[in-house]
Amino acid sequence: MKRIQVLGSGCAKCRSTVALIERVAAARGAEIALEKVEDMPTIASFGVMSTPAVVIDGTVVHAGGVPNEAAVTGWFGA
Amino acid sequence: MSVLAGRPSKLLPWCLAVALGAALWLVTYAHLTDIADALLAATGLTRGTHLGEAVHFFLYDTPKVLLLLTGIVFVMGIVQTFFAPERTRALLSGRRVGAGNVLAAVLGIVTPFCSCSAVPLFIGFLSAGVPLGVTFSFLVSAPMVNEVALVLLFGMFGWQVAALYLALGLAVAIVAGLVIGHLRMERHLEDWVQQILAGKHTSAAAEGLDWVARFEAGWAHVRDIVGRVWPYVLVGIALGAGIHGYVPEDFMASLMGREAWWAVPVAVVLGVPMYTNAAGIIPVVEALIGKGAALGTVLAFMMSVIALSAPEMIILRKALKPVLIASFAAVVAVGILLVGYVFNLVL
Repeated sequence: MKRIQVLGSGCAKCRSTVALIERVAAARGAEIALEKVEDMPTIASFGVMSTPAVVIDGTVVHAGGVPNEAAVTGWFGA
Repeated sequence: MSVLAGRPSKLLPWCLAVALGAALWLVTYAHLTDIADALLAATGLTRGTHLGEAVHFFLYDTPKVLLLLTGIVFVMGIVQTFFAPERTRALLSGRRVGAGNVLAAVLGIVTPFCSCSAVPLFIGFLSAGVPLGVTFSFLVSAPMVNEVALVLLFGMFGWQVAALYLALGLAVAIVAGLVIGHLRMERHLEDWVQQILAGKHTSAAAEGLDWVARFEAGWAHVRDIVGRVWPYVLVGIALGAGIHGYVPEDFMASLMGREAWWAVPVAVVLGVPMYTNAAGIIPVVEALIGKGAALGTVLAFMMSVIALSAPEMIILRKALKPVLIASFAAVVAVGILLVGYVFNLVL
């Protein structure tokens, strides 16, 4: 099971990122624990400079926009 | 060519599509008047009547502005892939005050920026050793001097106005950053920010991009920006067309004209509670200018709406204590006031 955090202060792009990850994970049958992080100090503590950003098991894998679908698929083992 | 090796199958179609698109773009742009004339003839109207003039104006300006917007936004979407915030930060860290402020203001134009990530970006800059004043030069320039504002100003008022907006916008960002840096306000950052800055900073690895990804980013930028902005553009041009055809000139001259010295500060104050992007404000700008309002007054209003918005202040408040927020707003407001007066004097 992967622990996925989406960092972002609640803008539209953050919501689409969450929706995209949920959709791809469901399609590939990957088990995930998805969490939305909106707290500024926590977001900043990851060192990202642009949101939405995606963190998997504590590692920042993406920052600065909605990730493309191919990238998200790659996270769940292509 | 290793960067291109990833997805060669998609690169060729992209190159062809971009080349074809560019050719179509150029041909259309070169024949805007012919197209407007032909469309006007198809409606059965003739120029010289109020309605004919208004419709012709609309038929000429709409494709022109939409073409400019699509072209520039696509190019900027690609340019921005070369200036991820991490890259900009690396370029700025260790720069001295002065040269650093100038560079920060210029990078503000090409670095992708959304006010929703203003705080993480702010902290990211500071934690890499970018001085506070230099960071503020970036924060002022990034939303205010952007490609959409410049394109719309160019399309509607000519390159001189766009160039003046660019130069004065950069000047406001540079000077505001210098002043804030000089005030030494680091202790007015919120405590949690100071704690993060005292500790070590981590950094996300930059994602490598190939040209397919850059083209895709450019196209995504077009869909995002143009998709959001086109209704405002249509309303703006329709308003402009109506004014062009019907409203007597100098209607607003006494209220917002050059002689009304108090109009500039009023415009700046009115702009603060409003929050919209450059495109959203253009219909208003078009309407005011068309009725004889002074350009400096209107541009001060536009800058105030974009750069001094209350919602952005609220977002930044999470990282900045009230004294710093107030200084930021005051310094930028004074800068915009000066720009308004300079514009009114020069033009």
